[in-house]
Amino acid sequence: MSGWPILSVITFLPLVGALFVALIRGDDAIAQRNALFVALWATLITFLLSLLIWIYFDPNTDEFQFVEEFPWLGGAINYRMGVDGISMLFVILTTFLMPFCILASWHAIKTRVKEYIIAFLVLETLMIGVFCALDLVLFYLFFEGGLIPMFLIIGVWGGARRVYASYKFFLYTLLGSVLMLIAMMAVYWEAGTTNIVELLEYDFPAGMQTWLWLAFFASFAVKMPMWPVHTWLPDAHVEAPTAGSVILAGILLKMGGYGFLRFSLPMFPLASDVFAPLVFALSVIAIIYTSLVALMQEDIKKLIAYSSVAHMGFVTMGIFTGTVQGIHGGLFQMISHGIVSGALFLCVGVIYDRMHTRNIDAYGGLVNRMPLYAVAFMVFTMANVGLPGTSGFVGEFLTLLAAFETNTWVAVLATSGVVLSAAYALWLYRRVVFGTLEKDSLKSIMDIDRREIVILAPLVLLTILFGVYPAPLLDVTAVSVEALAQDYQAAISAAQAQDSASLGGL
Amino acid sequence: MMTAIVFLPLLGCLIAGLFGRVIGHRGAELTTSGLMIVAALLSWIVFVQVGFGDEVLHPTVNLFPWIESGTFSVAWSLRLDTLTAVMLVVVNTVSALVHVYSIGYMSHDPHRARFFAYLSLFTFAMLMLVTADNLLQLFFGWEGVGLASYLLIGFWYKKPSANAAAIKAFIVNRVGDFGFALGIFAVFVLFNSIEFDTVFANAAAAGGMTLTFLGYDVDAMTLICLLLFMGAMGKSAQFLLHTWLPDAMEGPTPVSALIHAATMVTAGVFMVARLSPLFELSQTALTVVVVVGAITAFFAASVGLVQNDIKRVIAYSTCSQLGYMFVALGVGAYGIGIFHLFTHAFFKALLFLGAGSVIHAMSDEQDMRRMGGLWRSIPLTYAMMLVGTLALTGFPFTAGYYSKDAIVEAAFAGGNDPAMFAFVLLVIAAVFTSFYSWRLVFMTFHGKPRASHETMSHVHESPLVMTVPLGVLAVGALLSGIVFKPYFAGYEHEAFWKDALFLAEGNDIMEAFHKVPAWVVFSPMMAMAVGFAVSYLFYMARPSIPGALAARFGGLYRFLLNKWYFDELYDALFVEPAKRLGRFLWKSGDGAVIDGLGPDGVAARVIDVTQRVVKLQSGYLYHYAFAMLIGIAALVTWYMVAGGGGP
Repeated sequence: MSGWPILSVITFLPLVGALFVALIRGDDAIAQRNALFVALWATLITFLLSLLIWIYFDPNTDEFQFVEEFPWLGGAINYRMGVDGISMLFVILTTFLMPFCILASWHAIKTRVKEYIIAFLVLETLMIGVFCALDLVLFYLFFEGGLIPMFLIIGVWGGARRVYASYKFFLYTLLGSVLMLIAMMAVYWEAGTTNIVELLEYDFPAGMQTWLWLAFFASFAVKMPMWPVHTWLPDAHVEAPTAGSVILAGILLKMGGYGFLRFSLPMFPLASDVFAPLVFALSVIAIIYTSLVALMQEDIKKLIAYSSVAHMGFVTMGIFTGTVQGIHGGLFQMISHGIVSGALFLCVGVIYDRMHTRNIDAYGGLVNRMPLYAVAFMVFTMANVGLPGTSGFVGEFLTLLAAFETNTWVAVLATSGVVLSAAYALWLYRRVVFGTLEKDSLKSIMDIDRREIVILAPLVLLTILFGVYPAPLLDVTAVSVEALAQDYQAAISAAQAQDSASLGGL
Repeated sequence: MMTAIVFLPLLGCLIAGLFGRVIGHRGAELTTSGLMIVAALLSWIVFVQVGFGDEVLHPTVNLFPWIESGTFSVAWSLRLDTLTAVMLVVVNTVSALVHVYSIGYMSHDPHRARFFAYLSLFTFAMLMLVTADNLLQLFFGWEGVGLASYLLIGFWYKKPSANAAAIKAFIVNRVGDFGFALGIFAVFVLFNSIEFDTVFANAAAAGGMTLTFLGYDVDAMTLICLLLFMGAMGKSAQFLLHTWLPDAMEGPTPVSALIHAATMVTAGVFMVARLSPLFELSQTALTVVVVVGAITAFFAASVGLVQNDIKRVIAYSTCSQLGYMFVALGVGAYGIGIFHLFTHAFFKALLFLGAGSVIHAMSDEQDMRRMGGLWRSIPLTYAMMLVGTLALTGFPFTAGYYSKDAIVEAAFAGGNDPAMFAFVLLVIAAVFTSFYSWRLVFMTFHGKPRASHETMSHVHESPLVMTVPLGVLAVGALLSGIVFKPYFAGYEHEAFWKDALFLAEGNDIMEAFHKVPAWVVFSPMMAMAVGFAVSYLFYMARPSIPGALAARFGGLYRFLLNKWYFDELYDALFVEPAKRLGRFLWKSGDGAVIDGLGPDGVAARVIDVTQRVVKLQSGYLYHYAFAMLIGIAALVTWYMVAGGGGP
């Protein structure tokens, strides 16, 4: 499979699609339709091609695969692409979710359809690039570049307070990325390369690790988002169009977790170890605090956004235990959350398209007229709650298990999140779906149509499949995760051994 | 055959759930009920083979791996031993009967296909629970039955009270599951496995080891058992986590019979019995089990004395009987506990389905104050309810007589202080049980009719499809005690249970309880007689007494009627503070502090600056892109200057 640059092809294929869309003349209904079809085909083909990566991926090595390398920017900064067990599934998740986003936008977007689609396709290219890039500069370009289309999607096609939401999004991410950029320069200055593969082998001095870790952390924690830098997310979600929310929750949030796995943990293990208690504290606060806040929300999207923050708390907690189960669980939780939260936002989109409100009080009794919708929403609600047998359970369980081995306080407090998540999720479901259908505005609401069934059915199936049989996801990542955990533990014990040796020398 | 028993209900659920519209209500009813009957018959065959066959070892059926990560590994598998076989019989028999009964009971409901799909889904989850070979599959079944219970309590989704009860059931159970999950983690930390066989094999060696939990060094086995028992308390509605069970009566009555009487609520009892190799190693944990069980038995029975809703009386009775079972487990008499689980399933399901038949006849009336004098109109139901009542109160030679009295005797034989405490409370609870059971019968079937004339004119005996299951259960309520006593709790128990239950060395309770003094043996019977006599006096001979007593002891009466004010207490302690805290964190935490000091504050400054510098329509994108460009430029410059001479 090294014959052709598959990673570059799937990365830039959406960009080609965007070019096609840009070439479509006119702005009438037919042109809009054509643009949507071009986008759908582009994303579908990208997805199918990306499946080849999964098929030909060798799960028995932790080396980077499908590696491509071309000189760029004069020698030291090269164009390097490649995936390993940690990044591969994120690529698939991205290409998988994109066709759903296009389908979800079919009728929802009425203005500037072409530009909207171009923004999405460019975004896809940049997101795939983030997960494939093996060079710091390239990574930074994709990582930060991805924010621009997202920024436009919220700012142009968003709701009433889109400008405010864009402010927040901008300010938070600016803070993080400036610090990360400085840290990347420092990394280059120290190690003399921007090649991520080489950097992964490089031993940074302990004192330097601390500062680099903090700088990277600033960027990833905002992306994740971790408490207390999470407040941009609810606003961004509320204002973003449905497909924007899906991408935001499904992929963009995962970049933070991916960053922790790709940079913080393997490159700065000593600092990660030092700061792990801080991360645990923030994670536990995120889980409990945002769950409580979610309980009181009146806006459906805001509620789900807050629940995303809580779920990401499990991810950060798992990753920084540095154990196989913790990292595995965090990784699985991210993929599962990508599917489930994406699906939940699609569910909200379904009723938003009909009623044009996200206010929980405006609904009630939907099951009377929308039984199929009620079933799909129930499955995703249960996955959100982390019911065993849905994909939401596996990651949550593994991260909590790892936390218990590391620190029982963390585990006990985080586990209380399972009670709170049940409370807010079921209460939401009850207020929206159950009860009598009393409101006149809802009396003529229609159940999901064929397009919406096509969107939700695969997600329902995957949610249950990965809950009952998570092996396809766990197995391909296992070797990389084990290697990561092993290297991490080895680095820490080596440092400890050195400490005690130098003490002994005194 | 095991695979068929477990997956036939799932098949029924999928057919009724996915193709309910195609095959129609009748199709869904017949498919699910038919598959359940087959599964029930197969489980009796398995039960006889395992319980009475010579073959000791039955291979665990391995299905496929579930979660594998590092050294952590669990698989889907079906374990079979006597304990599982007993549960298979209980679950599938009651479930099949309830399926059939529901064909009649739900005949007017427009969503019958969905109802039967849920019932079968529940049965499947319960079977996964009892056949689990590891803690995680047990947890899967555990939460799965919780889901089914949630769906079925809230089946009449138009009723706000039903929705509230469904959510309450799920969340209170989750509180228990919180402990359960932590228990699983602790088991894994201690044993590096959560497979039953591995854990049990190494349990003895782990006795006396300590774990650091929340900063304290605690006895590992005690910690594990108490955490897991927390899950059992939630599922089996034990004291402090019992509040959901009475509310769960909002669901259709067949659901109450199946889930909230015979099967799901006994999952906690099953769990403790299954984990007997662990519990036997911790005297502390066993003491907690005894005390919690005894308090529950007493508390629930006391509340049952004054309830007026026919289903709530039976619900509190269930809660109380579960307390009895836990006392048996806590004194180490696991066989007796499971024996009571077994007999209780028959007579409590009978009582619930009988109550359903009454409610059906009374046009959905549940308040006993508006019943009375029904025995002439629905004699068959009356007879069935009498059988159930006799069995529950422990009338000689009925099922309850054998199992309940054995628990009381075992409590006495337990010897230590907690066991004596339990013995006293259980005997008092037995008086209460007899009183409220007969009160129910008298108020419902005897005296003058208190319902409206119109309702009385509609009273009719239920159709055969409902009365036949009642008859089958009545046979069980009468005979299951006398037939199975020697095997479950008598001298044959070792040959019957084989290695399914574990008794530590020195635990001779299964012998000792045969040798208690005569007055102990007769005490439950005396309690039953006293309860009956008082009840007869209050509700048949001198019906003015209850009202006078309630007025005289108003405080106590209201205390009992309001269920010891637990709902109000929890509301004030947990629900309202959680809501207030949530609102506070949202408005003040996120809103004022984080946003105020962070983005909003900065944004305000940025707006000031940008407005002064340059007017752009949407300057922020521009700024952003600009910042990025500067960043790239700086990086490239850095490379040129610093790295130019590098490799």
